[in-house]
Amino acid sequence: MSENAEDKAVAAPAQSAGATLTKDAAPGETLLKVTGLQKHFPIKKGLLQRQVGAVHAVDGLDFEVRAGETLGVVGESGCGKSTMGRLITRLLEPTGGTIEFEGKDITHLGVAGMRPMRRDVQMVFQDPYSSLNPRHTIGTIISAPFRLQGVEPEGGVKKEVQRLLSVVGLNPEHYNRYPHEFSGGQRQRIGIARALALKPKLVVADEPVSALDVSIQAQVVNLLDDLQQELGLTYVIIAHDLSVVRHVSDRIAVMYLGKIVELADRNSLYKAPMHPYTKALMSAVPIPDPARRGVKSERILLKGDVPSPISPPSGCRFHTRCWKATEICKTTEPPLLELRPGQRVACHHPENFEDQAPQDTILLSDAKEAAELVPDAVLEESAETSAAVAAETGAASDATTAEKAPAGKKQAEEK
Amino acid sequence: MLAYLLRRLFAAAVMLVVIVMVVFSIFFLIPKWAGVDIATSFVGKQADPAAVRAVAEKLGLDDPIYAQVWEFFKGIFVGRTYAAGGDVTNCAAPCFGYSFRSEQAIWPVLTDRFPVTLGLALGAAVLWLLFGVAAGVLSALKRGTLWDRGAMIVALAGVSLPIYFTGMLSLAVFAFGLKWINAEYVPLADSFSGWLGGMILPWITLAFLYAAMYARITRATMMEILGEDYIRTARAKGLTEQVVIRKHAMRSTMTPILTMLGMDLGALIGGAILTETTFSLPGLGQAVLNAIRNQDLPVILGVTLITSLAVLIANLVVDVLYAVIDPRVRLA
Amino acid sequence: MTESTKSGAAVGEPAAASPAPSAFLEVRDLKVHFPTDDGLVKSVDGLSFTLEKGKTLGIVGESGSGKSVTSLGIMGLHTAGQYGKRKAQISGEIWLNGTELLSADPDHVRKLRGREMSMIFQDPLSALHPYYTIGQQIVEAYRIHHDVDKKTARRRAVEMLDRVGIPQPDKRVDNYPHEFSGGMRQRAMIAMSLVNNPELLIADEPTTALDVTVQAQILDLIRDLQKEFGSAVIIITHDLGVVAELADDLLVMYGGRCVERGPAEKVFYEPRHPYTWGLLGSMPRLDRDQQERLIPVKGSPPSLINIPSGCAFNPRCPYADVPKDNVTRTVRPELTEVGSKHWAACHMSQEQRERIWTEEIAPKL
Repeated sequence: MSENAEDKAVAAPAQSAGATLTKDAAPGETLLKVTGLQKHFPIKKGLLQRQVGAVHAVDGLDFEVRAGETLGVVGESGCGKSTMGRLITRLLEPTGGTIEFEGKDITHLGVAGMRPMRRDVQMVFQDPYSSLNPRHTIGTIISAPFRLQGVEPEGGVKKEVQRLLSVVGLNPEHYNRYPHEFSGGQRQRIGIARALALKPKLVVADEPVSALDVSIQAQVVNLLDDLQQELGLTYVIIAHDLSVVRHVSDRIAVMYLGKIVELADRNSLYKAPMHPYTKALMSAVPIPDPARRGVKSERILLKGDVPSPISPPSGCRFHTRCWKATEICKTTEPPLLELRPGQRVACHHPENFEDQAPQDTILLSDAKEAAELVPDAVLEESAETSAAVAAETGAASDATTAEKAPAGKKQAEEK
Repeated sequence: MLAYLLRRLFAAAVMLVVIVMVVFSIFFLIPKWAGVDIATSFVGKQADPAAVRAVAEKLGLDDPIYAQVWEFFKGIFVGRTYAAGGDVTNCAAPCFGYSFRSEQAIWPVLTDRFPVTLGLALGAAVLWLLFGVAAGVLSALKRGTLWDRGAMIVALAGVSLPIYFTGMLSLAVFAFGLKWINAEYVPLADSFSGWLGGMILPWITLAFLYAAMYARITRATMMEILGEDYIRTARAKGLTEQVVIRKHAMRSTMTPILTMLGMDLGALIGGAILTETTFSLPGLGQAVLNAIRNQDLPVILGVTLITSLAVLIANLVVDVLYAVIDPRVRLA
Repeated sequence: MTESTKSGAAVGEPAAASPAPSAFLEVRDLKVHFPTDDGLVKSVDGLSFTLEKGKTLGIVGESGSGKSVTSLGIMGLHTAGQYGKRKAQISGEIWLNGTELLSADPDHVRKLRGREMSMIFQDPLSALHPYYTIGQQIVEAYRIHHDVDKKTARRRAVEMLDRVGIPQPDKRVDNYPHEFSGGMRQRAMIAMSLVNNPELLIADEPTTALDVTVQAQILDLIRDLQKEFGSAVIIITHDLGVVAELADDLLVMYGGRCVERGPAEKVFYEPRHPYTWGLLGSMPRLDRDQQERLIPVKGSPPSLINIPSGCAFNPRCPYADVPKDNVTRTVRPELTEVGSKHWAACHMSQEQRERIWTEEIAPKL
């Protein structure tokens, strides 16, 4: 590998520009740390373009990405996941909060300050058709990062580009072809090769496979997997497809209306989701098994649509659609707490765990309506697990939890 | 909808004030900076220094610029009196300035000439909309056929041939050769048929150019719209092709055409100089041409303002029509 | 031709000779070709299937497999938007309720559109006219086929909006599409397509543009409505999860042809075509334990101008080199019955495929 040689070639500018104290993060150490990250897009109206409000696209995120892992970010459209991706790669300027990369605060670095950082943080985009300039050969496209960073790879640019092409599974002889000569999957490979050119530490991929056909999706997912193994990359993969996210991620953050509602390692999240939204989201994924056709016993249908991020609901943002919401959910925003090792959740009445606000038992009227769309089996199971957890942790809250869940069920039965 | 309308009106009013100020500055400030004596240009180079002094005083050219702008504005609404010594010139209420070359107020000149230009522009617009849009739609529907190719070749000719060529040609053939019509301008108030006779050739000539442009735009837009999903939905409902085109495709096709129409009409109202000159129509275009020749600044200023006003009003009308056609605009 | 479909219709016979089928919808040897500068694009190249009322057929395939063109062909919309020269060429037979659509008077087919057969599209925002209210668009769909006044039609529109679960339908009926959310728009689109109680409903990727929780709502709605109206439904999608939710029968398309067709359970549990295996292996699944690796299909979909001779899947097939008996590679494999009402088009023998599936593929999924 030419890695060492290249490191030498680029070491001087990188160090002088300020990434002085940090060495490469060892696997497991925190590579990227985000605290209270916010992005509000102002809404301007009228002749004078007065600001009349703001889209709270990202509204206070706390998470970290560890070296060598894959953090998956899921959520529905409008939850702010793509904005988050653009913030941590500093393609957008945050409204508030801090972003630290390898211990260095990069929240408000200017273009020049970010330049050495751009080498370490790369992005892969969703649309392989519009993210490649149709007038440039793929050789030009993939070598662009070398030109921009003033890096001369060992053996010359052309040789390095050809090496990258073969790394992502393309024919190195196609150096001089244009993007339109490639299929969607191949173009996404080109995008990945471009992102890998400078040997980044962190790759942020925003819906990297959602524009691709199923059989091609699998090729790209496997490629990302292999590259991580070989190059020790760290990924943040943003996607709406829960099965893809589960497949690629070590830990997963679930976003709803600009907030992280649950952040947990993959197995905990899929086996025992704690946030009701996570649970609903996972139950909504259609399962490719005809034996389960028409079986509604597990599916939680959420009522209505996601509220507008311009004026998000008070308290817990999910309370308008949650079947467990009580008064406290409306008034108090639940903090993102590590209720179980490796599983952080922001909920007053989590699933599969002890109730965090057992004194608050009266369901909101919205919640009663929402409960009608939740199958009885789910409500019963939820009551059972909650009761079991409660029994373990002490008898005090036992009565209230058991009482509360059937309340929702009664509503469902009335229907 | 009302809020949208009010907002547009307000924006137009603000725009008008800005335009007056900018135009005024261009005409009065820049010459000053450039060291050209405006008074001289107002009366002519041959005039004796005393006359120039008198004009300068009369017009208040020595006053600070904001005072001059204010005087000009005031003049539009309450009229203005130019006085220097015993020499008093009155300029009645909508006073857009006073030409000391021709010794007359600008406003009557404008009102005299405006109807001619307006008649020319509107008449031509009706023609080019009818024929241009129809030809464009037909071409889009008969894509690749002989009709389509023929129509597009004619349209290309229309766009490329200058007005003075097509105008002279039509005059030579229809007025002087065949003697079908008497190509002399007759005011509408005098004789309708005479007016029609005088306008028909200018209309056709002007419309030919624009119809060609509109046919090309309509064809392209229509072809794009016909590929839209909602057109497919309309067909999937079982609508006849005719209804699909008329009710669903045409309405969408009109949007970009309206935008163009607003700008074109506005610009034409400011004076279709080539057409008016070719056919000797006493419109604004001719007035401005004469004014340029004589360096009659007040006239140029007046016509410029009227032109801006026309573009502004045309765009306002287009904005309103836009909102009628496209409900999404009403909310924006 | 060895295809042994239930109807027994020999593919390729002239239309006049074949009798009207008993099935509600029967498509025989459908071909839709588009002439282009680069050559003839064979979007659909010999497709046959049947569908009964009250049943749902899922057509699965990747982009360019011809699944959408098939639905447009049935609706008679394959030439829609094509004017002048170079119209699509269509051949074969489409029997709907005893009427052959391709040889029928176009105006008659138009009258069937929207009344007997209707369609839901992928992106409800672009499929609804932005300049007309939801109500106007539903009323229009109703009044083409029913001679009623506007008031009656409007009442019907409100009733349909209510039925598909739009809150305050009497108010929302006067909204424009851009005032609806994505899920609401798709509900309105469904209301519009069902306003005339059609017997055949074609849903072309009805949930692809929607979020997963909204998708669950819409799939639920389609299932309920089908039960209520008893119509035949064709659902076209690339998502095996979606078809598993809805479809009784499954048709897998590749390169404009059907490679496998049968009851959904058969196709999911005992697939007999390597492409179907590829689709199943490519898909990460939430209902199973974490797979170590996905099993993708190598290469890219074929160009529809130069479909490989023989089996269209041959260049991507991992089993292309498996020795086969008495088979000429350049001959196109026909659909053969591999089980009850289950057909697949592959040159490998049935035993070979059964062995590969049970021993090599199934354990890895």
